Amino acid sequence: MAKPMLKIDDINVYYGAIHALKGISLEVDEGEIVTLIGANGAGKSTTLRTISGLLKPKTGAIEFQGQNIAGVPAHEIVKRGISQVPEGRRIFAEMTVMENLDLGAFTRKDKDGIAADLRHVFELFPRLEERRDQVAGTLSGGEQQMLAMGRALMSRPKLLLLDEPSMGLAPLLIREIFNIIVNINKSGTTVLLVEQNANMALSIASRAYVLETGRITLSGPAAELAASEEVKKAYLGG
Amino acid sequence: MELLQQVMQQLVNGISLGSIYALIALGYTMIYGIIKLINFAHGDIYMVGAYIGFFAITQAHLSIVPSLLISLVVTGFLGMVVERLAYKPLRHAPRISVLITAIGVSFFLEYTTMYFVSPTPRTFPAMFGDVAVNIAGIVINGQQMLILGITAVLMVVLTYIVQKTKTGKAMRAASFDTETAQLMGIDSDRIISLTFGIGSALAAVAGVLVGVYYNSIDPLMGIMPGMKAFVAAVLGGIGILPGAVVGGLILGIVEALVSGFISSTFRDAAAFAILILVLLVRPAGIFGKDTKEKV
Repeated sequence: MAKPMLKIDDINVYYGAIHALKGISLEVDEGEIVTLIGANGAGKSTTLRTISGLLKPKTGAIEFQGQNIAGVPAHEIVKRGISQVPEGRRIFAEMTVMENLDLGAFTRKDKDGIAADLRHVFELFPRLEERRDQVAGTLSGGEQQMLAMGRALMSRPKLLLLDEPSMGLAPLLIREIFNIIVNINKSGTTVLLVEQNANMALSIASRAYVLETGRITLSGPAAELAASEEVKKAYLGG
Repeated sequence: MELLQQVMQQLVNGISLGSIYALIALGYTMIYGIIKLINFAHGDIYMVGAYIGFFAITQAHLSIVPSLLISLVVTGFLGMVVERLAYKPLRHAPRISVLITAIGVSFFLEYTTMYFVSPTPRTFPAMFGDVAVNIAGIVINGQQMLILGITAVLMVVLTYIVQKTKTGKAMRAASFDTETAQLMGIDSDRIISLTFGIGSALAAVAGVLVGVYYNSIDPLMGIMPGMKAFVAAVLGGIGILPGAVVGGLILGIVEALVSGFISSTFRDAAAFAILILVLLVRPAGIFGKDTKEKV
């Protein structure tokens, strides 16, 4: 078996005195969609923020493509091929759509590659091309989510971290966004998806982890988890 | 007719003075924009800039433009050193700690300068004394032309950097949302350092120009203009670059009109009356976004 692309080994993360992640381990293989589900405050976002380098684990290791990246600053992590779509989109609201996408490619210098990726982003999200000169803060919620995803793709990540892409969106739009996530994955990007909408997340993922108050309590193939009584009761509304 | 002429003359004086405030206010507002710090040492950076220019002119016998450039570079570097030593270690400290540190840095710069150059005011050599243009009775003297010209050039350069360059885009992004900027691969420490450098460089130019304009500099000269530039930044909307420029110009014009038509004794009072008015009527400033305003 090949080595996993991302391997998190027993990390402990603190917010001041609060012990937010209590010895979490998980793996993501190249080409997969893996989802991390759990209730509000379970530590899902904290996990992604630690992978991105915004938080530093107190103990434990994070290996990406065989290299330890725990404690590497966030702006260096992007260069290694990990890109995050943060919770709540966090687009640069005062800048145009195009400027937001340019910032996504901040670490790159290959003009031809950037242009190709921009075309790819506009193919995935035609609405962004229509609105390329519009100030991003005036976009609708769904369009802002698309922009945040497009912006993350502009760094040409090997691993894309998505934090609650369905948050605050209408059901039809959620479906559209999830279809796009599947497309992004098919074109070669590995995805680690954090979701409260467990139903949707399990329907597109190959494997899943369940996070409860800072600990992983269940893991396995997504279809198996979706069928388990425990998960159904706690996260799938029945 | 004569009144109109007097008003116009005071406008010219006010815009000159206001340009100086604008240059200082830009640094205040840029630094606030990126780390939410009211950098109370900023007026003292301006003072150091004036001294560097003074020594470049009197000791190295350089002309004004090279002196300005030397002051700009050295003071810009000083600003970066101050940030690295005093503020960077406090990046995750409560804001009040950083604010108190800024006041400490302010005293440090004032009294270190005093130790080395003595508290006695220095006389800046007279420059452009014999140059003046007279348009329909309104006199623009050489120093004012210098101030207006240099300020205009710096505004164009700054606008270009902030709007068009990759670094400028990174500065705007980090100022809007530092954490997300980091997720884009922007090294926020580098951007913060650079912001201090640019802000301090602008203040240095203002310091040298004031030396040329008023002929006198001293180690405590930064206190009042520092406060006034802060008023200007708040008036325009703190954190907003065009706001700092407009705020500075308005403040300069109001001060000139008050000293010209009422009494120069009330000049400073007018500036702080503006601050009180802004805080009462429109706390976000002229260009600031209303957070919640109901009629």
